[in-house]
Amino acid sequence: MNRYVYLDNNSTTPVDPRVLDAMLPFLKEKWGNPNNVHRKGREAREAVEDAREKVEKMINCKDGGVYFTSGGTESNNWALKGVAFANKDKGKHIIATPIEHKCILNTCKWLEKQGFDITYLKVDKEGFINLEELENALRKDTILVSIMLANNEIGTLEPVKEACQIVKEKSDAYFHTDACQAIGKTEVDVEELGVDLMTISGHKFYAPKGIGALYIRNGVKIDPLLHGGGQEKGRRSGTENVAGIVGMGKAAELVMEEVSKDKEKLRRLQKRIIEGITSRLEKVYLNGPSDLNKRLPGNVNFSIEGVEGESTVMMLDEYGIEVSTGSACSSTKLVPSHVLIAIGLRPEIAHGSIRISAGRFNTDEDVDYFLEVFPEVVNKLREISPLWKG
Amino acid sequence: MSDVYTEKLIEHFRNPRNTGEIEDADAKVTVGNPVCGDVMSFTMKVRKEGDKEIIEDIKFKTFGCAAAIASSDILAELAKGKTIEEAKKLSYESLVKELGGLPPVKVHCTKMAVEGLQKLIEEYEKKKKQQ
Repeated sequence: MNRYVYLDNNSTTPVDPRVLDAMLPFLKEKWGNPNNVHRKGREAREAVEDAREKVEKMINCKDGGVYFTSGGTESNNWALKGVAFANKDKGKHIIATPIEHKCILNTCKWLEKQGFDITYLKVDKEGFINLEELENALRKDTILVSIMLANNEIGTLEPVKEACQIVKEKSDAYFHTDACQAIGKTEVDVEELGVDLMTISGHKFYAPKGIGALYIRNGVKIDPLLHGGGQEKGRRSGTENVAGIVGMGKAAELVMEEVSKDKEKLRRLQKRIIEGITSRLEKVYLNGPSDLNKRLPGNVNFSIEGVEGESTVMMLDEYGIEVSTGSACSSTKLVPSHVLIAIGLRPEIAHGSIRISAGRFNTDEDVDYFLEVFPEVVNKLREISPLWKG
Repeated sequence: MSDVYTEKLIEHFRNPRNTGEIEDADAKVTVGNPVCGDVMSFTMKVRKEGDKEIIEDIKFKTFGCAAAIASSDILAELAKGKTIEEAKKLSYESLVKELGGLPPVKVHCTKMAVEGLQKLIEEYEKKKKQQ
């Protein structure tokens, strides 16, 4: 029987058993509505506020707070639409990058239809923005700059701190960062970064899907996305997802305790995967930063000449290994990933991209097995490929 | 129509029976485009029995997704043993049916495989006229 090896932690992470244990009482006996003043309600409220404190502490939030949402997509939609509509009297210009997640890019597209003007910064072949270009793109009517902390496909760690400094010095715009991928894999500190808004997604750091948060600094003018009963200080209505919130709180606590250890392991596994693939196969190209200090720990992305990504994923699946091609969200589309095209890859090379992403629960034995199977799979597919002249 | 790959498709992807190239092929074609993510190359051998021309063998090499590889293999299976006239009538729907269904976004793979067969036949007939 084959091993089972999950190396797709940038798509989602398994729920940590300790997170599940923390959640279960809130799906069983502690099912109260935190908006009620009675005992059941107070019990739930206490748990929600305790979780909020942990999430805020995890990101070193000192000025402002964390508001719970349904996940990364909602938080990104809220940050962009909420700031855009609350500040449209000041201006209608927004700056973003072309390698943001689709939930930023498609929100930008929608805002363009509502009369907002979006500038997309260029990125270099490793996915990095150019700070000079950012400075030149700032205008009097710029109200928001949104630059991701870590790219989900190629692992680029954008210079958010430096970018934020420039935006603060040269303009009145707010700065938002999508930190979905970074949290849990590396340290994230909103005070050090200086950002005004930050998106957090639970299922990327071992909490379940369907829970996320938006960090909002004090003084930021932002409209709600969801109107209703006025929960989350009137900023995000809807009865709280108590169990999910408790789970994310526990996950945040674990991140605080374990991120430095996790990070070190992810860097080691990442390095082993990159070196292992490069030494075992010819005509393979690493996508994203080659300097691992500027790359999301655990993230690896290769273009494999002569084979197509999906068939590689499917063949690895036969061996019990799970990885991704392009962006998981785009795999039903027949277009190569927008990130790989933005860094200048030819479509035929982009079609052959494979993303391998390690997480907290991976071991060196997982990497041994992957490195044993991967060349076999690639060679098998190359053998039947008309594009491979090896 | 199913949204996931069928066991049959996965089996043809995992263990394709008709890969490679026929050395003394009667026709050889390539369809598709690497930019779009799929390229299929086919070779075909025809034998004559009386006045009948029968497809003796088809082999393929395919760059593409699992559905593209399985479609190429199923095409070869279905076309082998058919006369040229019968093979001309082979439809992509019959490939989809043979695979036990396909996600809608992958149906183009079967169309591409059938296009490959039609081009093989065209080339075969063109060569025959030149002889």
